[in-house]
Amino acid sequence: MIKELLIILISSSLVNNVVLSQFLGLCPFLGVSKKTSTASGMGVSVIFVITLASAVAGVIYKYVLVPLDITYLQTIVFILVIAALVQFVEMFLKKFMPSLYESLGVYLPLITTNCAVLGIALTNVQKNYGILTGVVNGFATAVGFTISIIILAGIREKMEYNDIPESFKGMPIVLITAGLMAIAFCGFSGLL
Amino acid sequence: MNSVKERLVNGLIKENPTFVLMLGMCPTLAVTTSAINGLGMGLTTMVVLALSNAFISLLRNIIPGKVRIPAFIVIIASFVTIVELLLEGFIPTLYDALGIYIPLIVVNCIILGRAEAYASKNPVIPSLFDGVGMGLGFSFALTCIGAVRELIGAGTLFGIHVMPDSYVPCSIFIMAPGAFFVLASLTAIQNKIKIAGEKKGKDMSKIQSGCGSDCMNCSDMGCKNRFYDEKAQDKKGEEEKTND
Repeated sequence: MIKELLIILISSSLVNNVVLSQFLGLCPFLGVSKKTSTASGMGVSVIFVITLASAVAGVIYKYVLVPLDITYLQTIVFILVIAALVQFVEMFLKKFMPSLYESLGVYLPLITTNCAVLGIALTNVQKNYGILTGVVNGFATAVGFTISIIILAGIREKMEYNDIPESFKGMPIVLITAGLMAIAFCGFSGLL
Repeated sequence: MNSVKERLVNGLIKENPTFVLMLGMCPTLAVTTSAINGLGMGLTTMVVLALSNAFISLLRNIIPGKVRIPAFIVIIASFVTIVELLLEGFIPTLYDALGIYIPLIVVNCIILGRAEAYASKNPVIPSLFDGVGMGLGFSFALTCIGAVRELIGAGTLFGIHVMPDSYVPCSIFIMAPGAFFVLASLTAIQNKIKIAGEKKGKDMSKIQSGCGSDCMNCSDMGCKNRFYDEKAQDKKGEEEKTND
């Protein structure tokens, strides 16, 4: 059991990196990676939301959708649950943990329609993961997201002062960086 | 009739969701490993986009402003589920090739963006054709990107071998990194056109530099909208006041 979880941990965070090989969560990956500080804030919020969302989605799938035999409604149910959950977490943090809200609050609305969150919930169902395995998978995927967004932010900070051809300024050079990172992450495929 | 034509041209060229607005980049990168996959994804999205646009436009006066985002999401998700089940039943090869990206059409910025920006304010017929136009533009863009990647990465086009035998396929282009490189070249070309246009003094503000630049243009199109919009009611109230 532990061995299986460890394999999921490594494969979801490094080998099948959520952004660099599955292209989920590309918007925040490219949009919030200008500085390492904001990138790590975004990363922590994503870890928090995805872990929570995969737990809630797993419970709802197992105890509501399967007994009622309405698993074909999973997409609708998951997206609503996730959107409501993010909104609820935001309100909860604002009311009870203002200091945490200060640091994560701005990122939460950005995550609501992030395809990574829905993607993980659906992958968990597709791969027949149980609730615990699903949560571990969600956590590992989010860690993979955080690793890659912080690396990208670090590279972008360095690139700020480089001489880049005019038409490659802005997005194109960031995409090329992401492509090179994706090649580097291909190297992890020998791990398993 | 004029408005129908105008909506189609608008979606295909003027506001092409991929080449001009740069929305919905996740599926654009993920499924364009071949031209046929790109076309399949584009057409699937088009069906969802047209139907949800028409339906949302039909219900635009019934849905309260405060809960419009969740209502839109439910409508879009229902159509995505219908299309997903149909694909699974009738075109299983495409269903397998697109995999998880079919249900993920729900969170495609283009669909929620068009619902918010166009369908919720306009009558049914133009909204339907706005969806068709946008969908055609998206299909066209995805097919082009898929064709380029397939040609360089595998030497084929729509599965038919077209490159000379001496050509060694550069298989990285059908793998994940290739998607980033193709999109990088695309945005570079777009930047070049934008810069050239600005030098001539044309208004180029419509060309966006992608969800990527700061996610701010996404916010207008629905990506960043709160699930439960607290401000909507106030805004509506203000509008009513000004109308008086």
